[in-house]
Amino acid sequence: MPSKEGEPADAPLVERLRAGESDAFAEVVRAWSPMMLQAARAYVSTDASAQEVVQDAWVAMIRGLDKFEGRSSLRTWLLVILGNIGRNRGVREARTVPWSALGPADDTGPVVDPDRFRGADDQWPGHWTPLGKPRPWPRSPEEETLAAEDHRQLENGLAGLSEQQRTVVALRDVHGLSSDEVCSLLGLSAINQRVLLHRGRSRLRSLLEMHYAT
Amino acid sequence: MKAEQRTPGLTAQCQQVVELITDYLEGALDPDMTAEVEAHLQLCDGCDTYVEQMRATIRALGTVPVETLSETAQSELLQAFRDLRGPAAAT
Repeated sequence: MPSKEGEPADAPLVERLRAGESDAFAEVVRAWSPMMLQAARAYVSTDASAQEVVQDAWVAMIRGLDKFEGRSSLRTWLLVILGNIGRNRGVREARTVPWSALGPADDTGPVVDPDRFRGADDQWPGHWTPLGKPRPWPRSPEEETLAAEDHRQLENGLAGLSEQQRTVVALRDVHGLSSDEVCSLLGLSAINQRVLLHRGRSRLRSLLEMHYAT
Repeated sequence: MKAEQRTPGLTAQCQQVVELITDYLEGALDPDMTAEVEAHLQLCDGCDTYVEQMRATIRALGTVPVETLSETAQSELLQAFRDLRGPAAAT
């Protein structure tokens, strides 16, 4: 499994954790708690509950370290633990997110305004019109000098997505989880995961496009 | 849709390409469609810009500030780790 840049390598890490090195534990808690918190929000309804799910998962991980067999990455194993704890907790809170179904019916249309493409009677139907064609952005949104305003656009954009899209996009693109990890956490098929990712990313791209056009 | 009927890369319409982009970036398209999308991107600067903007959006998402556990929760966990696995726990 491709690990995110800057992530601790697995085998030496597991050794250090088993040896009781608290520095190693502090390191993984720093690195992985944000994605766990995001994932926990898919199961429970409040921030406080999500924090508790993450803490419980860490404690379960500490207790279960000797049972870890290295058949998956440590991170994936931890996410499985988190998912189990989150699902139990979600059941108790009677919180249900319909992960197996796709988003609301009003979000199934094309991701780009059809008016930006040539009509059926054109020589090149379905291709960009001169006005509709995407224009290169004046700056790159991930530049080091990223304007606070650009970040705010993305954060607002994420907040404005449907819960399902936001969760998938945040886990994949903000936190760097693999599609397999996301599918297994959320009980999604690979196809539905891609649909949610596609709609969410496309929406955010078009928000940035509007932002840069003004 | 058969690629040989028209110029490779122009069989797919831009309107279709923008809907295939995530599958393309995820490596989920079959080899024929992947080749078609790649040929299209070579020929069409509009779609090329579009894909670059999708990639830029994804990279930018990787820089969005994230929430984490409270300081209190982190130090409680560290204490739990020391209690359960630290050198003292073994005795």
